Amino acid sequence: MSFDAKIPDGPLDEKWNHHKFNIKLVNPANKRKYDVIVVGTGLAGASAAASLAELGYNVKSFCFQDSPRRAHSIAAQGGINAAKNYQNDGDSVYRLFYDTIKGGDYRSREANVYRLAEVSANIIDQCVAQGVPFAREYGGLLANRSFGGAQVSRTFYARGQTGQQLLLGAYSALSRQIAAGKVQMFTRTEMLDLVTVDGQARGIITRNLITGEVESHSGHAVILASGGYGNVFFLSTNAMGSNVTAAWRAHRKGAFFANPCFTQIHPTCIPVSGDHQSKLTLMSESLRNDGRVWVPKKANKGLTASEAINVSEEDRDYYLERRYPAFGNLVPRDVASRNAKYVCDEGRGVGPSGLAVFLDFADAIKRDGKETISSKYGNLFDMYKQITGDNPYEVPMMIYPAVHYTMGGLWVDYNLMTNVPGLYALGECNFSDHGANRLGASALMQGLADGYFVIPYTIGDYLAKIPYDKVSTDHEEFKKAEAQIRSNIDKLLHSKGSRTVDDFHRALGKIMWDKCGMSRTAEGLKEAKKEIQVLRKEYWDDVNVVGVNEELNMTLEKALRVGDFFELAELMVDDALNRNESCGGHFREEYQTEEGEAKRDDKNFTYGACWEYSGPDTDEKLHKEDLIFENVKLTQRSYK
Amino acid sequence: MDLTLKIWRQKDSQDRGGFQTHKVSDITPDTSFLEMLDILNDQLEKKNEDPVHFDHDCREGICGACSMYINGRPHGPQQGITTCQLHMRSFKDGDTITIEPWRAQPFPVIKDLIVDRTSFDRIIQAGGYISVGTGGVPDANEIPIPARVSNEAMDAAACIGCGACVAACKNASAMLFVAAKVSHLALLPQGNVEAQERAEKMVEQMDEEGFGSCTNTGACSAECPKGISLEHIARLNREYYFAKQSSDNIPAEDEVHGAG
Repeated sequence: MSFDAKIPDGPLDEKWNHHKFNIKLVNPANKRKYDVIVVGTGLAGASAAASLAELGYNVKSFCFQDSPRRAHSIAAQGGINAAKNYQNDGDSVYRLFYDTIKGGDYRSREANVYRLAEVSANIIDQCVAQGVPFAREYGGLLANRSFGGAQVSRTFYARGQTGQQLLLGAYSALSRQIAAGKVQMFTRTEMLDLVTVDGQARGIITRNLITGEVESHSGHAVILASGGYGNVFFLSTNAMGSNVTAAWRAHRKGAFFANPCFTQIHPTCIPVSGDHQSKLTLMSESLRNDGRVWVPKKANKGLTASEAINVSEEDRDYYLERRYPAFGNLVPRDVASRNAKYVCDEGRGVGPSGLAVFLDFADAIKRDGKETISSKYGNLFDMYKQITGDNPYEVPMMIYPAVHYTMGGLWVDYNLMTNVPGLYALGECNFSDHGANRLGASALMQGLADGYFVIPYTIGDYLAKIPYDKVSTDHEEFKKAEAQIRSNIDKLLHSKGSRTVDDFHRALGKIMWDKCGMSRTAEGLKEAKKEIQVLRKEYWDDVNVVGVNEELNMTLEKALRVGDFFELAELMVDDALNRNESCGGHFREEYQTEEGEAKRDDKNFTYGACWEYSGPDTDEKLHKEDLIFENVKLTQRSYK
Repeated sequence: MDLTLKIWRQKDSQDRGGFQTHKVSDITPDTSFLEMLDILNDQLEKKNEDPVHFDHDCREGICGACSMYINGRPHGPQQGITTCQLHMRSFKDGDTITIEPWRAQPFPVIKDLIVDRTSFDRIIQAGGYISVGTGGVPDANEIPIPARVSNEAMDAAACIGCGACVAACKNASAMLFVAAKVSHLALLPQGNVEAQERAEKMVEQMDEEGFGSCTNTGACSAECPKGISLEHIARLNREYYFAKQSSDNIPAEDEVHGAG
């Protein structure tokens, strides 16, 4: 297996420019001879498909939703970072780079992160040109706000719907290319396998979700932009359909999966209310700009929001402001989440379950007026009221952490290519930019950076070196992969067991949340591994999937996805067990400072853990990509 | 609470379809409407019966996938929300709830409560964009846009493409959907360049898909989960009439029909 990150030589701030000059170009007239497959139509996928089609490549774009506009990027609320320094508050490309590296707890690759910061400014220009209605000041220029973990105001936003507006921008660019005939769009079509021929990615196997037909698609390169795997926890802020299948199937075909245990638990979600809960709802962390987080100083389980307004100031513990005076309520997500867990573990959690803390806007409303607060967060307040029945203008919100984002993903080099030649991974489905923890407003930035400004350059370097010849979908590798998928489907449909898919998925999620969630121990992880193995075996013997393949069958769709979640879950546990340190979102209780902060082990773990699939029921093989820090000094992350 | 559900069941687009009655019990008020259907589906699957198929994804009111006609109203009894944001506290113990798919010729039923809304995608493909490629664009602050204008554009851009406007309309008109995009882009200086041509092309496609005409009854806006205003339809009409006076993009017909 080749294993080279291909980081260009030269000083950090010149690498990308040099690289763009040094990589091969495909002559404009020859671009139409190449077919590129793009899986996923979120920010990364839609922007990549549109940009590559504009350049002249023939693009085939796939999404499992009924329309590319519904990819889960649509749900991102808070904003997108860019090093524009429009606010004259000391921001720069280097500062955004530095914040992102530090925020990721020094577990990401310097060169990739620097490039991300470098192209961030272009993204805002691009989106404005597409008509994205970002918030503006009265003078007509773009407004910014500060966002979790940053001390400068570099976040651009469109009310609480930034992801929606950016995605609709990318979707409009994609639609334009569909109309131009340069993108062939396949909706309600799910990728179920990757096809490699002579070691190169040459196509995918899909299932038409309406007819059940299993189909082959051939191309010169395959780009996965299929999102994250947070739904392995069953309850998460991800959309119901978000899944790991595309990435996992690529992994099974040889692509390394890197740092799978790095998951982000978002601090501001609406707490779980009952057993029937199907997903968790995020409240944008921009709320922490004005809301103050607190719990009672003394345990008071069951305390409701309407009772909270009568708790006197001296009986409240604004624990983030107390512990982190410099950053206060704006500490990064992992720190905020963990502290919420601590106060609840101490028995000071509130609400019926005792698994919630208050997020209080009373002071902000007193200071700025209801109207100002409403103009900033109106839709979020409405959403909260809709779900909980409580009115946050009058009583504090209740929040608790929930799984939100996965920093781990397919290993990619500087060109965003996996170790399988011709297979690329963009956006959340790769591992590259966020290290062990992602800063707020950086996911949208990465998705669009990858799709608009990185892949259009780097893919040429690969395509220029391979012949125009197409691989026929009659090739035995396609036929083999199709047969394998059909037999998987048959197996699920014929198992006729006693438990539903959701039943298994919920059980898997519980193991993961309890033992591989916000905090982990070696002992718990070892137990988790055994439990997952047992449950996985039961799954294939005892699951009940009703219906047939040849029609729209949402139970079967879920069953195929959950099958892959089981395998991923085990790898996440292995990865968490291997990483004998705490960093970012990965917190091993054995490794903490005296103050309870994550304690890294830079000597032994400054590497990306890249796992190689070694067959069913076999432990995966670990490869290490050493992370070399030439520009930043590794320090203990402190937000005090 | 215990509920009786009258749900539209239809095997596929060829099937005639019809109502089936199901019962669910012990539903708590904090359960969302879709979670209530999850519970029903769990019961059905345990009896080896086909679960009720419905579109849903984000379950937080932004992806626009969910699309149910509940007790005669798109997205149910509450205003300003999608089906996934509806909670059972909006219903009473013992209620009978009727659940249907969107009913409109350009939205054919695929299965049960799932309809095909690709006609909306084709309308956007006809011109619902600004013709800029990646790269080579000016600095984002080059063109100041008054906050008032930008806000109004955002109001229109908030459309989630769910199709409730069509389902609510007695004519199954898609005018509010088309108007939201035309208005969003026409309001902004970047999008104004192509505003008229865009209006023409999108209306043309809307007609081709078989959506009905607009008679200004306003049910679309009343039922829109994002509260998109009828004023955007007025702006679409203006763009469209100006376009028809001055452009030769699409041959003029005897009657200006699309926007009327």
